[in-house]
Amino acid sequence: MATVGLQSIAKSFGATKVLGGVDLSIADGEFLTLVGPSGCGKSTLIRIIAGLETQDSGSVAIGGLGVDHMRPHERRVAMVFQSYALYPHMSVRSNIAVPLTMSRMTMRQRLPLVRLMSRSRREIMRGIDADVAAVAAQLQLEHLLDRRPAQLSGGQRQRVALGRAMVRNPDVFLMDEPLSNLDAKLRVHMRTELAELHKRLGVTFIYVTHDQIEAMTMSDRVAMMDAGEILQLGKPSELYDLPASIKVAQFIGSPAINLLPATVGPGGRVELFGRPLARAVEEPAGSAVTLGIRAEALSIGQADPGHGARASFSARLRRKENLGSEFILHFDLAGPDASGVTMRATPASAALVQESSEVTLTFDEGLCHVFNSAGRRLEARDGSSRNTIVSLKAWP
Amino acid sequence: MTAVAQGAARSRRRRWIEQATGLGFALPALALLFLTILLPLAVLLYLSMTNYEFGAISADWVGLANFQKALGDPIIRRSVVNTLVYVAVVVPGGVFGALLIAILVHGRRRTRSFYEVIYFLPVTSTLIAMATVWQFLLHPALGPVNAVLRSLGFGQIAFLSEPTTALPTLAVIGIWQLLGFNMILFLAGLSAIPRDLYEAAEIDGASNPIDRFLTITWPLLGPTTMFVIVTTMITAFKIFDTVAVMTRGGPMGTTEVLLYNIYLEGFQYFHTGYAAALTFIFLAFILVFSVAQTFTLDKKVHY
Repeated sequence: MATVGLQSIAKSFGATKVLGGVDLSIADGEFLTLVGPSGCGKSTLIRIIAGLETQDSGSVAIGGLGVDHMRPHERRVAMVFQSYALYPHMSVRSNIAVPLTMSRMTMRQRLPLVRLMSRSRREIMRGIDADVAAVAAQLQLEHLLDRRPAQLSGGQRQRVALGRAMVRNPDVFLMDEPLSNLDAKLRVHMRTELAELHKRLGVTFIYVTHDQIEAMTMSDRVAMMDAGEILQLGKPSELYDLPASIKVAQFIGSPAINLLPATVGPGGRVELFGRPLARAVEEPAGSAVTLGIRAEALSIGQADPGHGARASFSARLRRKENLGSEFILHFDLAGPDASGVTMRATPASAALVQESSEVTLTFDEGLCHVFNSAGRRLEARDGSSRNTIVSLKAWP
Repeated sequence: MTAVAQGAARSRRRRWIEQATGLGFALPALALLFLTILLPLAVLLYLSMTNYEFGAISADWVGLANFQKALGDPIIRRSVVNTLVYVAVVVPGGVFGALLIAILVHGRRRTRSFYEVIYFLPVTSTLIAMATVWQFLLHPALGPVNAVLRSLGFGQIAFLSEPTTALPTLAVIGIWQLLGFNMILFLAGLSAIPRDLYEAAEIDGASNPIDRFLTITWPLLGPTTMFVIVTTMITAFKIFDTVAVMTRGGPMGTTEVLLYNIYLEGFQYFHTGYAAALTFIFLAFILVFSVAQTFTLDKKVHY
């Protein structure tokens, strides 16, 4: 168990800058996820923590101790690879035993033939076998111990890789996209299993993924990365409810957040399709902003005067997607950008609209996000003294 | 005539066409196999049971007399022993030397292709031409090797005319000739080992080169190693050109090898029937060793 501290980690491969001074401190026993699009530097960062890659500058501390000069196995970290990286010529038992063989036996006891002369070897082997059996029992691998990796399914291989990581009782678990080679159903199952494993072991987990759902569902905290920088660090709900920038808002959440172009009017009031909303921001009048509205913040029908500030606009239904428990509705807008919006709807409300029919959509202004032209989040306040209903018609 | 019967007839016809097509495709390969391998082998077997001499009109059936003679012939026995000694030196040297070079070359980044070309050069050259070069290099009076030995204070060594050094010298030349090709095979095997296995091993604590080699490189090179050992052994058994050019079996028969004796019997003394019997013994040797190896090594490399 240990904290992990990263101090201005920078790394370039040739002329390509991969990490530009990343600072991060991870608490003991925390489940932290590094999430971001491919090429954002998240894998490089976890490999630097593991010691498989050397940073150009900055330092890594595990448990408060600088580990920059240590080889990977001295750092007391374990890693699960995307490909699992199981040794194909060894049985499951031997695969899990490798870290113990390496740490508990001397070179003389490991060498083929020479090891036959060692008397204490048998004693050590018994200890290793017992530990392997204990880990196998925890992961329900007992009946597979004599198989080779090629004879296992993807999920079983995944568990063997976990077992090989667990058997050394590491201080920190590093996981580099461990679920991305599994099929969708198994991935959902392993998500729960990993979260439970984390709870049971109580050690620090650092988890890399490009899948925002994995990040949202398993982590204590999420670090969203892009282009070698951490854009936002916080609880999953913070990233979802208060995205610091357009990039975070776009990446987190499915279906993706709706982004509508808007402008700032007199008094800082945000104007959507030329009509002022109740929300106001600290920006000069006339500057362009972007309005972010989550798919579930939209609803069909005229604004209900009783429920705070709601704005509405009209749109034409292009397509309904049936997900069983809910519908995703895709609407066309007739704005100058002619972009569309997506909305989450219950089957009951989805049944009320027909494809290519025109409807009025309303949204809760309190739930929408305003971003400036640089993509940063703007604090929005209530800009109107009264609770007005702004009704606007974008459809001609 | 019902539709069912018609359908049955049609499917029978289709099956017949399929079979005929399959046979048609296999026929050329089958014919070539018969003409180039099986027929000559049958002729060889027939000749080995006769006392046929090259150029003769007729031959007498002698049964297994040729084989009996070969087994009792001290010259043949000596050449078999020489061949086995040669193989016993060349196979470990050619395989493990190549593995070592391949691992070293694999670790190079920018200079890798340079070393690949250097080590592969002997493979591209004709061994008979190179044998002449070696003969000059090892010449007791004129050769640079002996010049170096002399300048270091050692006496000069007549590598190819000394009974104790002649066969080992030929073995070294054999290894030199084989190294490049085996190295390329091992390099291909090394490139096929996934990089994350080494990274996993690094994290698991197998971080020094010996552990890395024993945990990953050696076991995962198993199939490559088996192939290299079998081909090297067959090549080593076929040693002929260096003997024919450099020593002609001398000094005092210490470099007489099986293939050279076959050549002498068949094409110098024209004992074609006897040479055919020797060739059969030679084939049996290669077959036994290849099969034994494939079975013993195959057990260790399946995964």
